Amino acid sequence: MTCARLQITRAGPHCTIQDGGRAGFLRWGIPASGPMDRKALAIANAALGNPPGAAGIEVGPGGLDLELAGAPLTLAVAGGGFLVQVDGSPRPAWAVLRLDPGQRLTIRPGPWGSWACVAVGGRILAPGWLGSLATHGPSGLGGGRLAAGSVVEVAGHDPAPGPDRAIPCPVWARPRRRLMAVAGPQDRFFAPEALAALAGQPFRLTAAWDRMGLRLSGPPLPPQGALGVPSEPVLRGSVQVSGDGVATVLLADHQTTGGYPKIATLLADDVDGLVQNRPGDAVTFALVPPQAAVQTARLRAAVLAAFLPRLSPATRR
Amino acid sequence: MTGDDLPRLRPVADHALLVDLASVRDEAAAARVRALDAALAADPAPGQVEVVPALVNLLIDFDPCVADHATVAAHVRGLLSAPPVAPPPPVVHAVPFCPDPPFAPDLEEVARRTGLSPGGVIAALTAAEYRVTMFGFAPGYAYLAGTPAAIALDRKPAPRRDVPAGSVIVAGAQALITALTMPTGWWVLGRSPFALTTGDPARPYVLAVGDVVRFHRIPAAAMPGGAA
Repeated sequence: MTCARLQITRAGPHCTIQDGGRAGFLRWGIPASGPMDRKALAIANAALGNPPGAAGIEVGPGGLDLELAGAPLTLAVAGGGFLVQVDGSPRPAWAVLRLDPGQRLTIRPGPWGSWACVAVGGRILAPGWLGSLATHGPSGLGGGRLAAGSVVEVAGHDPAPGPDRAIPCPVWARPRRRLMAVAGPQDRFFAPEALAALAGQPFRLTAAWDRMGLRLSGPPLPPQGALGVPSEPVLRGSVQVSGDGVATVLLADHQTTGGYPKIATLLADDVDGLVQNRPGDAVTFALVPPQAAVQTARLRAAVLAAFLPRLSPATRR
Repeated sequence: MTGDDLPRLRPVADHALLVDLASVRDEAAAARVRALDAALAADPAPGQVEVVPALVNLLIDFDPCVADHATVAAHVRGLLSAPPVAPPPPVVHAVPFCPDPPFAPDLEEVARRTGLSPGGVIAALTAAEYRVTMFGFAPGYAYLAGTPAAIALDRKPAPRRDVPAGSVIVAGAQALITALTMPTGWWVLGRSPFALTTGDPARPYVLAVGDVVRFHRIPAAAMPGGAA
């Protein structure tokens, strides 16, 4: 059978192959990785009838261009509000697209958002690592980093993809400016004024970011007497504060242990809502009790679980 | 328990619980962490996704659609009040390493700063016994506790770039065998041909928390590719 080949002709930073993530390896120093916006991959996959965590291409803030070779292929794009074109002809930012060999898909920075996911109507052939195609950005282990010249092979394809169509973009998939977090686990090293500043004042995303973390600018949050604390486990979403009071939010490729105090930890879904913002954007933090955080997680999971089946080609036909 | 308010169970975000078992890192703290880690492996908490052992605490990541902090905390309190589960016996690893050029670019400087000869630095390193206390920094990086005080130095002022995988590095009371080629601010004292990875997703690295490591010197001729 002929494979479809996605020939990458231009890739901004941090374009990678990602699946739903490599959970279960934190004790070995390995973060789950996976897409920066996990809902984007799940939505793009659902639009093709794929499982939510099937491997696709995550496109970073600079966008990505590709040309298809080999066999025809159906793709789905979701995530940020990028400018999507096929052979120069505009398409919706969230769309199911059929490409024939020789056609070019361009995904360029658009009016909003920083990350998009491209799901494929088939199976990405890539080496993988520890049973997952998620790419650990700093090492490149996993499905792999993408750059101009990379080729992504896709086996199999949807025999009846249906016409090109837009995918509805719900408001909860947009960049999130008000982020929910639970205080701690090292809030005891901060004065009440610092916690009040975290919860009451805006912080801006800086240009200092990668797939491991995102530095914020805002009121200083000086830790008190925390620098001798033994390193402990950290998570995607940990808001760690360095000795000079600057906060960094840990992201998909985070280190798994660290010694900086964590003043708060974002809810998992709010980490993804955060990274769809752009440098200079302002966000605020709402500190919520742990039980309210769990209830919010359950509500959001139920909303996503109800949304995804409505996108599937089987439902639509 | 160790007095004050330990163990201390702290909620983390919407999907994790951090269990503090000690305030100070020592062998007793590490033993308590290993015992609770073993208990959670034998009898997982509701919704448990994974457990991350560290120096004085461990973290339990859970599925918030299945469990919440209170149900996981109740499970942990039950395990802590039950007779302790014996952790798996530590494996002792004999790790060969070569401190000859070009594998040990910082050996001379460590010797200068500690007042030892280069041979004295290596003798101190190889005389000690190290314990795997946790993983972190990067995939497969096992922190080894036990670097002797005679060669314990603060990190270097500036990191060295592209330190090859397999390098034996030290800083403070800790040592590491690097698993990837990456920059490091630790002191590079040699290179090891020791295979860190297993290829088995169920246990991707040879070293595990609690294991014991001893280093022994090998000549450059015994390194892969011979004398480089």
